[in-house]
Amino acid sequence: MLRYALKRLLSLAISLAVASVVIFVAIEVVPGDPASYMLGINARPDTVAALREELGLNMSPPERYIAWVGGLLQGDFGTSYTYRTPVAEMISERLWVSLPLALFALALSTLIAFPAGIIAATRRGSKWDLGIMGVTQLGIAVPNFWFAMLMVLVFAINLRWFSAGGFPGWEAGLLPGLKALLLPAVSLALPQASILARVMRSALLDTLDEDFIRTARAKGLTRRQVLRRHALRNALIPVLTIIGLQFSFLLAGAIIIENVFFLPGLGRLVFQSISARDLIVVESVVMLLVFAVVVVNFAVDLAYAAVDPRLRRRR
Amino acid sequence: MSLLAIDRLSLAIHGAPILRDVSFSVDQGQIVGVIGESGSGKSMTACAVMGLLPAGAQTGGRVLFEGRDLLSTSEAEMCALRGAGIGMVFQEPMTALNPVQTIGAQVAETVLIHRAGTRAQAMARAREVLERVGLPADRFPLSRYPHELSGGQRQRVVIAMAIALRPRLLIADEPTTALDVTTQAQILRLLKRLVAEDGMGLMLITHDLGVVADMADEMVIMKDGEVVERGAGQGFFGRMKHPYTRALFEASSHVPRRAAQAEDRALLEVKGVSRDYAPARTSLLAPARRFRAVDGVSFTIRRGESLGLVGESGCGKSTLARAILGLEEVQEGEILLDGAPVFSGHHVNLAVRRRMQVVFQDPYGSFNPRWKVARLVAEPFHLLGARPPDWREQVAEMLENVGLAAADMEKYIHEFSGGQRQRIAIARALILRPELVILDEAVSALDVSIRAQILDLLADLSGRFGLTYLFISHDLSVVRAITDRVLVMRAGRIVERGRTQEVFENPQHDYTKTLIAAAPKLPQVAAE
Repeated sequence: MLRYALKRLLSLAISLAVASVVIFVAIEVVPGDPASYMLGINARPDTVAALREELGLNMSPPERYIAWVGGLLQGDFGTSYTYRTPVAEMISERLWVSLPLALFALALSTLIAFPAGIIAATRRGSKWDLGIMGVTQLGIAVPNFWFAMLMVLVFAINLRWFSAGGFPGWEAGLLPGLKALLLPAVSLALPQASILARVMRSALLDTLDEDFIRTARAKGLTRRQVLRRHALRNALIPVLTIIGLQFSFLLAGAIIIENVFFLPGLGRLVFQSISARDLIVVESVVMLLVFAVVVVNFAVDLAYAAVDPRLRRRR
Repeated sequence: MSLLAIDRLSLAIHGAPILRDVSFSVDQGQIVGVIGESGSGKSMTACAVMGLLPAGAQTGGRVLFEGRDLLSTSEAEMCALRGAGIGMVFQEPMTALNPVQTIGAQVAETVLIHRAGTRAQAMARAREVLERVGLPADRFPLSRYPHELSGGQRQRVVIAMAIALRPRLLIADEPTTALDVTTQAQILRLLKRLVAEDGMGLMLITHDLGVVADMADEMVIMKDGEVVERGAGQGFFGRMKHPYTRALFEASSHVPRRAAQAEDRALLEVKGVSRDYAPARTSLLAPARRFRAVDGVSFTIRRGESLGLVGESGCGKSTLARAILGLEEVQEGEILLDGAPVFSGHHVNLAVRRRMQVVFQDPYGSFNPRWKVARLVAEPFHLLGARPPDWREQVAEMLENVGLAAADMEKYIHEFSGGQRQRIAIARALILRPELVILDEAVSALDVSIRAQILDLLADLSGRFGLTYLFISHDLSVVRAITDRVLVMRAGRIVERGRTQEVFENPQHDYTKTLIAAAPKLPQVAAE
């Protein structure tokens, strides 16, 4: 198990190194001169020269790469050109919104999907199954921003239970913070929960068809015991894969929802930096998201191994 | 009072009748063999006893276990009975165990679920039972996972689970069908020993008369959901009356009549062939490993001859077949068909390749379900470049040659039974009029009566089309029935070769002796 974890860790490090090179090349080397790109076509030559100096563009690309990665490793993400603040600060501020939002949405999605998937699978072909499948079909088909707007209309404008958007900051306390994240988290979670419930259902149905389920029944286990002791853990592998993918998506892909609810999250930061051509911020945020995705995959790999002993030996 | 008395049991699933008036009983310490082909209802009878029938099942009659009618027992009481009073062992040892739990936990679960002890006591009991089924602690600690065990070892674990609480009745549904002959013999000995030691009743379900022939105290022959004949096991085959029982017996030891005679010319020459595999790398840094699946194999098949290749799973016989067919390149040696190499350069020699064809074990898995039979059978024509203009006539003729109708061309593969599918596979193999046909476990998945028909067909076709067969099988009785000469393969090497009759009657190599001794045998009975 330890060997397995170390190997996965090694592959994580390699992934990060490769990703950093790709991001660096894509952003700094390919589109010509970043400084003139950032300042636009009407910029004065001395402003461009000053920015080039500040960005270290007078160094060779390998030197710049080493400086950038070295900075990242020490937590120095550079300084935003547009906001004139350290990128690390901006990111950590945004992360305090995006990370809780992603976790909140993921928790909701899992809490909805697991029971729904299990009920549908164990009562295959029943009214429950048909109903759950119908609702999840809808959940996948309807875009989440439409849910979001609908919920703003109902809960913020008509019922006035929540504010329509914005984030008070965690200084205002845990409950106001969570309250501000509830509607966004629900609208993010519903489509994810629909997908996850369907994956859970089909994984569980496949497992319940396996021979070892019959063996367990012959041992005297009730249906419920078979489900709890034998079926669920085996059905978990495809489900874990989807959860991993969903977490990465929720962390970075919430741009639309963040916009609908006017939340200062990572998605909006990327969006704003791209609009403002602030390549320093874009580069660092993208690297951070890659880091998050790779770390989540690592966690999923470890979870696989915890669930399935056959994987501990392989690779 | 019998331990288990099945009394006029009938069963219908969603209205379709499955069992009719099934009656037999199992006493303490008695082994009852329930024999039938697929669809005879033998497994459903077991499910009815266990109360594990599929949804939509309606039952009639009674199933009395120690006087209690199981058909009217509640699900909760059945749960208390399963695993404690009645244990069950299934056919597929490879999939019958939960892959993510240790064998110790799975055996102990039987004890825990019935609240027969604490966790520590359950684990101690698991250890004890695994010991009893021949899995000693030093080589098989409780912490082992199923994927670390072979098929026979897994079946021992399943048996351990079933007998952990010393049930009064054990139901074994085809417990050895998926296993090699030597492993099969060990598992049957184990079951027999457990019955003798614990005095439990054993209901042994099988399609193979040979498995139960020298073991069962009582025989029950089933066909189409009914018991057609019952009787004491001792001397059963001397007294059998029902025509179906006789047909089954005849089919089990069927020897087809063959007219073909081998010429003196060699058709296939295999010279010093070795095939290496590189197992999946476990580390980037460790040196690449090699696994030699076929090791310096040489033999010749003469034109018109039928050569058998026997060996247990993993011995390399299928790899050898793939190499002969040019599906895999060999590392050493050469393979010649009529003097021409199967491989030229790194490419398979198509001119040679079209002169040999193959029939595999799984008739269903080797067909594309979305194609009609006409297209399936005509598929090998692509080896010729283009389909001949009269290809439909050729397909129709070949279907008739294998005992099907020309009209079957327009059907899909799911519309056929297992035996018919294998006939279609044979038609597909013969459509190019090959000289060599490789039969890789071609009859192993078929019921005995169907198997006998296919063997007759193969014998007939070999005479009519001048075919040469390489007959690969783990089933010794089949090889004995249809081959002139036989090769015995073990761990990639040919350990014995000779005329089939001589090898079977007077085996020289120890391994051949073990194989032949382990094979289930039917008693010699005069036909009338």
